[in-house]
Amino acid sequence: MNEETRKLALSHLWVAFIAFIVACFMGEYQVLERSGFIPALDSASVYFASVSTHGVLMAFVLTTFFIMGFGYTIATASLKQPVWNMPLAWGGFWLALTGVVLAAIPLLTGKASVLYTFYPPIVAHAAFYIGATLLVAGSWVWCVIMLVMFMQWKKANAGQPVPLAMFATTMNALLWLWTSAGVALEVLFQLIPLSLGWIDTIDPGLARTLFAWTLHPIVYFWLIPAYTAFYVFVPKQAGGFLFSDEMARLAFIVLAVFALPIGFHHLYMDPEQAKGWKLLHGIGTFVVALPTLVTGFTVIASLEIAGRLRGGKGLFGWIGSLPWTNTMVLSVILSLLMLIFGGFGGIVNASYAMNAMIHNTAWVPGHFHLIFAGTTVIMYFAIAYYLWPMLVKKPLFSSPMALVQLWTWFIGMSILTTPWHVLGLLGQPRRISSVVYNNLLTLAWKPYEFMMIFGGLILLGSACLFIYNLAKTQLNPAEVAYNQQIEFAEPVHAVESLPEWLNDIKLWNKVIAVLMAISFGYPILQFFFMDTSGSSPWGF
Amino acid sequence: MQIEPLKQKCEQLFRDFYTEFRGIHIDQLERKWITISMVVIGLFVGIITIDAFFHGVNPPSKVETIDSASLHLSKEFAEDNLGVQVDDKDNVTVRMVAGRYSFFPKHITVPAETPITLRWVSMDVLHGVHIPMTNMSTMIVPGYVAEITTTFPKPGEYPVLCNEYCGLGHNHMWSNISVIAKEDWEAPEKSSAKGGSNHE
Repeated sequence: MNEETRKLALSHLWVAFIAFIVACFMGEYQVLERSGFIPALDSASVYFASVSTHGVLMAFVLTTFFIMGFGYTIATASLKQPVWNMPLAWGGFWLALTGVVLAAIPLLTGKASVLYTFYPPIVAHAAFYIGATLLVAGSWVWCVIMLVMFMQWKKANAGQPVPLAMFATTMNALLWLWTSAGVALEVLFQLIPLSLGWIDTIDPGLARTLFAWTLHPIVYFWLIPAYTAFYVFVPKQAGGFLFSDEMARLAFIVLAVFALPIGFHHLYMDPEQAKGWKLLHGIGTFVVALPTLVTGFTVIASLEIAGRLRGGKGLFGWIGSLPWTNTMVLSVILSLLMLIFGGFGGIVNASYAMNAMIHNTAWVPGHFHLIFAGTTVIMYFAIAYYLWPMLVKKPLFSSPMALVQLWTWFIGMSILTTPWHVLGLLGQPRRISSVVYNNLLTLAWKPYEFMMIFGGLILLGSACLFIYNLAKTQLNPAEVAYNQQIEFAEPVHAVESLPEWLNDIKLWNKVIAVLMAISFGYPILQFFFMDTSGSSPWGF
Repeated sequence: MQIEPLKQKCEQLFRDFYTEFRGIHIDQLERKWITISMVVIGLFVGIITIDAFFHGVNPPSKVETIDSASLHLSKEFAEDNLGVQVDDKDNVTVRMVAGRYSFFPKHITVPAETPITLRWVSMDVLHGVHIPMTNMSTMIVPGYVAEITTTFPKPGEYPVLCNEYCGLGHNHMWSNISVIAKEDWEAPEKSSAKGGSNHE
């Protein structure tokens, strides 16, 4: 990696992590405010401005900038090529950053308290939607650069397998282009025109359908970097080999292809889509559990190989002999633990009519904090700890601090999300800023809300340690020459040649197009045939 | 259009794909794991599908439109028609309007252990509603009628909670439902209003 690429990657990652730390403070404020223990904090308008900003920062800014920075690093390191069109890459960065700033102004001034999932016909200030659009447009620049680098490499190395890390990253770029199209249609044709007064009414049913298009695959867009680290970093860091390169590719393909046509599991309880379509998407949702089960197998098998190579014996002895003090290895263990529990919750959510039990209750944010802020973000930490020394050319400031940070993140997330799930089962709605229901049921909620404050506090401390460690690493004045390079895991069986469909994205792009036409074609077109009445815009 | 060459081409494509698929290296253990995974997933999907098709276990999905801006002019959701009604065949229907920040009527009484059809509409923005400890849950999207049929097994006082962010007063959006024993329940006066299959 040359100087310029390192600067590009670091700029992206810093934007991501600054957004992250700001949002962590907001998260702790939110659990405090919501609990009602400090009456002085009680304010619905501040709370919902904070929730909206927290959601946008975590789900859109942290993820998108992290994935872009990670992608540039992976592409240059795995393909051994410089970034194609560096000025364009910087253009994408500045475009996305402009979007973030533009959206932040109405968010922080309480003019866009519509939550990060928008919810028309409530309308925010137009700058919020325009800012979000620029952020997505910036990420499309990244997608184009990834696709071009992928194709250039393939042309120059005909017949050779594309490095797994780059294959996964390119799949993610393809996934994101398809994913973001849904929300882009909603924002460009419905929300921006409505917020500027160019149109008088919109159909919230159509808006929700378009958002559902994006809402499921977007979580795989966030997750794929974590899975990439599972496959291409973890086995090497653990001291072993990747169990199977081909299965890894298949897993990424199935993830990208089947993540897309299944968004209606977010609309199970909605009146504007019929049950047949919901069931179809529900079945697809179960199919997409398959690559995750395969990933779990491959990663654990790779860890077992490493554990046994390090002298671990017996059925479970290899677990103890893993290098638990390696940040990447510790992260993957904690990440998988959270994935098991989060995946279990996910199966409940996915189960069609059973969704009624937990829909829009506190269970749902409990679930996605466990699986996103837990499983996924802990791998973002691991990747940052791994890449930082190479990006800044200095050793990590403190490895023990990093280990403490990872453990506290895991413990904090467990303490935060377990009561959150329980609150959902006890009937507490999500997205409320205080409990004012005059009902005995609410007494049962109090102890769990109290626990969540502690979970949040531990997480906040952990997040501060993370940022401190990265900053100290970069600001270290020492002139220690640090020349380690990124090491990619070797598979047990080296792949010399691959069928084209395991080495290219063209076929899968077509498959996605067909599946999307099947699963979203009629459900979107129906709004143009049905006799619908639009909704006029409302403030909040 | 010639079907035969196209068919041959497709067959050839699939055959090639299959041969290539068999050619890639998949470990025995991994094969077993994938088989187990598929069986488990198949089992889940199977149960859900059978329940949906044969037992009618589906989420609320009646795609029925209405003009949310003129509910008061609609026959069905005019103020006098809201709440609990029983038709000639003793079917219990509840018509509710969601609006910032309550559900109207603010209190209703229904019998336990009786199938009840609830029809929810919004007069303004997006809402959602659930009754904790029951499976009454649906989104209420402006422009659509959300219909759900359910049975409340246990008598008691339940809150009716808005579970979708609908504005800064969202916390305050709730009402009450009393579920009373079937034998104690008296049907309200029979009404002429019909559950609309379409809006008028």
